[in-house]
Amino acid sequence: MSTTLLTVAPSPHIHQELTVPQIMRGVIYAMLPALALSVYVFGIGAVNVTVIAIVSCAFFEYLICTYLLKTKSSVADGSAIITGMLLAFNVPSNLPWYIVVIGSAVAIGIGKMSFGGLGNNPFNPALVGRVFLLISFPVQMTSWPEPVASWSIDGATGATPLGLLKDGLRVGDTVPAIMNEMPSNVDFLLGFQGGSLGEMSGVALILGLIYMLYRKIITWHIPISMVVTIFILTGLFWLINPEKYADPVFHILTGGVLLGAIFMATDYVTSPFTHKGMLIFGVGIGIITVLIRLFGAYPEGVSFAILIMNAFVPLINRYTKPRRFGNKPVTNG
Amino acid sequence: MLFDLNNKLKTFHKGGVHPPEHKLSEHAAIEELPLPRQVVIPIFQHIGKPPKIVVERGDEVKVGQIIAVHEGFVSSNIHSSVSGKVGRIDEVIDSSGFRRMAVNVRVKDDVWDESIDRSDNLVTEIPFAPKEIVEKIMEAGVVGQGGAAFPSHVKLSVPEGKHIDTLIINGVECEPYLTADHRLMLERPHEIMVGTKILMKALGVDRAIVGIENNKLDAIELIEKVSREYDGISVESLKVQYPQGGEKQLIEALLGREVPSGGLPMDVGAVVHNVGTTYSVYHAVQKNKPLIERVVTVTGKKVKKPANYMVRIGTSVTELIEASGGLPENTGKIVSGGPMMGKALGDMDVPIAKATSGILLIPTFESKRSEVYNCVRCGKCIEACPMGLEPYHLMLLGKGKNTDEAKEENILDCIECGSCSFICPSNRPILDYIRFGKSSVRKAENNQ
Amino acid sequence: MNDIILYTILILVSLGIAAAIILYVVSLKFKVKEDPRLPEVMDALPNTNCGGCGFPGCSAFATELVNADDLGPYHCPVGGNDVMKEVADILGMEVEEKDPFIAVVKCAGAIGVRKQFSEYDGAATCTIASDLYSGERGCSDGCVGLGECVDACDFDAMYMDEYTGLPVVVEDKCTACNACVKACPKDIIQLWPKGKKNKRIYVACVNEDKGGTARKNCSLACSGCAKCADECKYDAITVENNLAKIDYETCKLCGKCVVACDVRNIVADHFKQEQLDKLAERRDARLEKEKEARIAERQKAKAEAQAAKQSGEQKPLDEKLNDSAVPEKTEKEEVSTNQNPDVV
Repeated sequence: MSTTLLTVAPSPHIHQELTVPQIMRGVIYAMLPALALSVYVFGIGAVNVTVIAIVSCAFFEYLICTYLLKTKSSVADGSAIITGMLLAFNVPSNLPWYIVVIGSAVAIGIGKMSFGGLGNNPFNPALVGRVFLLISFPVQMTSWPEPVASWSIDGATGATPLGLLKDGLRVGDTVPAIMNEMPSNVDFLLGFQGGSLGEMSGVALILGLIYMLYRKIITWHIPISMVVTIFILTGLFWLINPEKYADPVFHILTGGVLLGAIFMATDYVTSPFTHKGMLIFGVGIGIITVLIRLFGAYPEGVSFAILIMNAFVPLINRYTKPRRFGNKPVTNG
Repeated sequence: MLFDLNNKLKTFHKGGVHPPEHKLSEHAAIEELPLPRQVVIPIFQHIGKPPKIVVERGDEVKVGQIIAVHEGFVSSNIHSSVSGKVGRIDEVIDSSGFRRMAVNVRVKDDVWDESIDRSDNLVTEIPFAPKEIVEKIMEAGVVGQGGAAFPSHVKLSVPEGKHIDTLIINGVECEPYLTADHRLMLERPHEIMVGTKILMKALGVDRAIVGIENNKLDAIELIEKVSREYDGISVESLKVQYPQGGEKQLIEALLGREVPSGGLPMDVGAVVHNVGTTYSVYHAVQKNKPLIERVVTVTGKKVKKPANYMVRIGTSVTELIEASGGLPENTGKIVSGGPMMGKALGDMDVPIAKATSGILLIPTFESKRSEVYNCVRCGKCIEACPMGLEPYHLMLLGKGKNTDEAKEENILDCIECGSCSFICPSNRPILDYIRFGKSSVRKAENNQ
Repeated sequence: MNDIILYTILILVSLGIAAAIILYVVSLKFKVKEDPRLPEVMDALPNTNCGGCGFPGCSAFATELVNADDLGPYHCPVGGNDVMKEVADILGMEVEEKDPFIAVVKCAGAIGVRKQFSEYDGAATCTIASDLYSGERGCSDGCVGLGECVDACDFDAMYMDEYTGLPVVVEDKCTACNACVKACPKDIIQLWPKGKKNKRIYVACVNEDKGGTARKNCSLACSGCAKCADECKYDAITVENNLAKIDYETCKLCGKCVVACDVRNIVADHFKQEQLDKLAERRDARLEKEKEARIAERQKAKAEAQAAKQSGEQKPLDEKLNDSAVPEKTEKEEVSTNQNPDVV
């Protein structure tokens, strides 16, 4: 009789290496370039907001797990940290600390744990927190510091390019006239636009996308379908009336499109299962975003679009079930 | 990656995973394992009914002598794999993990039954009629050697009204680590080809395809060369993807036909046999030699000498491990078969059965399952499922004993390939609960 | 301004009245006729929805009861006789008193008693583990120890003992709803009469292997030696397939079988230790006496045989055996099992 007991378990006896904590860590790594640039641009404010958001998200998750649900704390899987980071990415860098804490409490408490924790929430928790803040603290949430590379604490505040566009259109300016006063698309791509922490630089976000695709954490379906939809729709309107509608590249590079497409819409829990479902999901987000931006009251609509489509995920899953092997549909011969 | 040659090859189109291959023993030629001192021949090694034992304690048996006769059609004969004296006939824990009847034979010498042709010369003439061939295969107790151990003669008896046009020889060996079929194709290609011709004659088909995965280039090349001497046999190299060795997946990959849910390969005009089975068919028909030995791979990351052995049925696993340099330190798990579908053994002293394709020794650091997390609804299991099922959902239905809905969601179509559990980033025991769900659905069906 | 408020109030009030009328008419028109006793029966039942009565829930059971002609086949194990009496009163019928039952765990193969051979590492339910293989311990019929019965219990009446690794039934809480019995894949748990003063006697083993094999795997296994059956005056114990079974309907709870078992595998709940000790003492004394008698007999027989041999006859030995009747015979078996190296 050997001293060590043999292990017996049902097959399979091997497992692929990418586990949930590793995936969460991968997402965090993917967010780092954008965070770094943000710190460079917005200075100490960005650091403050991010740290407060992460710490308070983790803290609330720990509290709720330990004292309310009485289960093992799930902070270690890293999902609360991602929620915190995403929440920080979605708010201005000069947001007062208590608002950040309130946002974290809502994101974790209402957005995630009230449904039963990781894997059970229908809506993206960070976006729940963000939208809650946007409605509760509209002034603080829409006054963004100017993107000047400085570590000075009291920078001037201003509006986002999308906000400027909306305001300009409201007072009757034409798009080219407004555009003249704004930086070029190349600047937007590199990251010098006013706005929330994480949505300033297209390049940094795309770097994150490439990393996540390489690690096979996400697939291309959601980001590409969403961005392409926005490009096509805004492009159509732009072709129809360039005086009234901005060009598609402007729409993609400004606001939260890239951040939303790469980090928010691709959240496993709140996106459809199958690739087909993911494409429908991305297209839906794109359409709603464009509708809000062009015809809605808010200058920006990515958060709302994602939350609305989150609600449709169960329905999408229901209608995009995989085809069973051996049940060929008639159309496929 | 887009221009990878591998992508242009045929494969199945639904799901699948690609676990690391670890074919450690692919260059180790098949060795004859020395005769053991005793064999324990399990009587029930196949799917169907257990056969009836026809020997008694104290009887002298020869190699190839029948010791248990099949009961009914879906059953199989069992022959003695050694010559000697019959010892205890009792229940032992075999590779199925359960206590089942087995016959102990103490080995005395190596006297073979007179009817068996032990020479090595190749007999290519097939003088038998299809019916006689099936009869001979049945007598020889040949069963599928890929893992399921389905009696081969049943697969060759085509019911009236079904038309078979293609015979598929399964040389895929998609399980990581295993190389038994690979070596057999390299070392006994002619026997396999004649075996294929025999099967073709028995089925009355004039087309046979040997499907081999692209990670066995030498075997593809050799079988391609050899097959030119035999009419109607062609070779197809396939993209490496698990579970291509599954009958349904292989048929889809080679012929583009999908076996309907709940149906058999015969329903789409195909019959699949494993190369190991084909080799045994050759011996059964041309040499009168029953299935008494098979090739078994002994492998594992820490094994001193990963190897392929020609082993008599009933030899203890311990003996194979000894031949490969002994049990490595810190062995945590011993698997009979491959890592994806094999069965973990609770004890080393288990006899090799007709369907044992390999013995895999997994070191301690890889033998335990990792921590389980919540399902994050990533959908990877759905993308990986080769049957187009929703494993995460079936797991919940199985766990909740919701048999009606589970059946509606085609839980019985699951081939238990393990792709879902393999891919799940939360380490959830998806397949465990699907199996559980399947058995409760079957139980509910039986009760009705 | 005042007009607006007035109109608003008027519109709302009229809307409310209209809706109330519609609701009233509908409730009259579509009234479901229901046996008036049904809600009463429902109130009487414990409403735990455990399914112990064999129906999917208390309301299904209540419907069945209301429509029944005879309450004989129905019983609510949770509520017991009191509840059934109440139900019978409501329905104006008679009901027989039934003995309360309790779940008993028929396995004594604790950690350390059964040798462990391997370690199970799959999904932690007994059914999955027992579908996979014969188990991590020697005895393939014994408790798997993963607590599926505990999970199945709606009444918090079971827990896994940390030290033995076996489930324990909490007497006060167990309602004999049968959930654990159904959950156990090894059929170890059985419903047993609760007994007078909670006294009950049962064999804590379900293994049907041959004595030697069973004992090798578990030092407390029933080897089917039948000593208990021999001890029983009421024929309540039968030994089939190497396993002793007690019929609780004929068992008179005398406790003699308990002390007859070599491995004390027969469990006697709520018996006083002194009582059992006394029984054991009495038995030992009797055995001693019988042994002496037998030795004497044997010597006598030997002497006689020798005498017979001398006179050339060999018959008397057989006759002797026939004469000595049943108790003597069992004596022999006992001795022989004691000498069996597998058992001791």
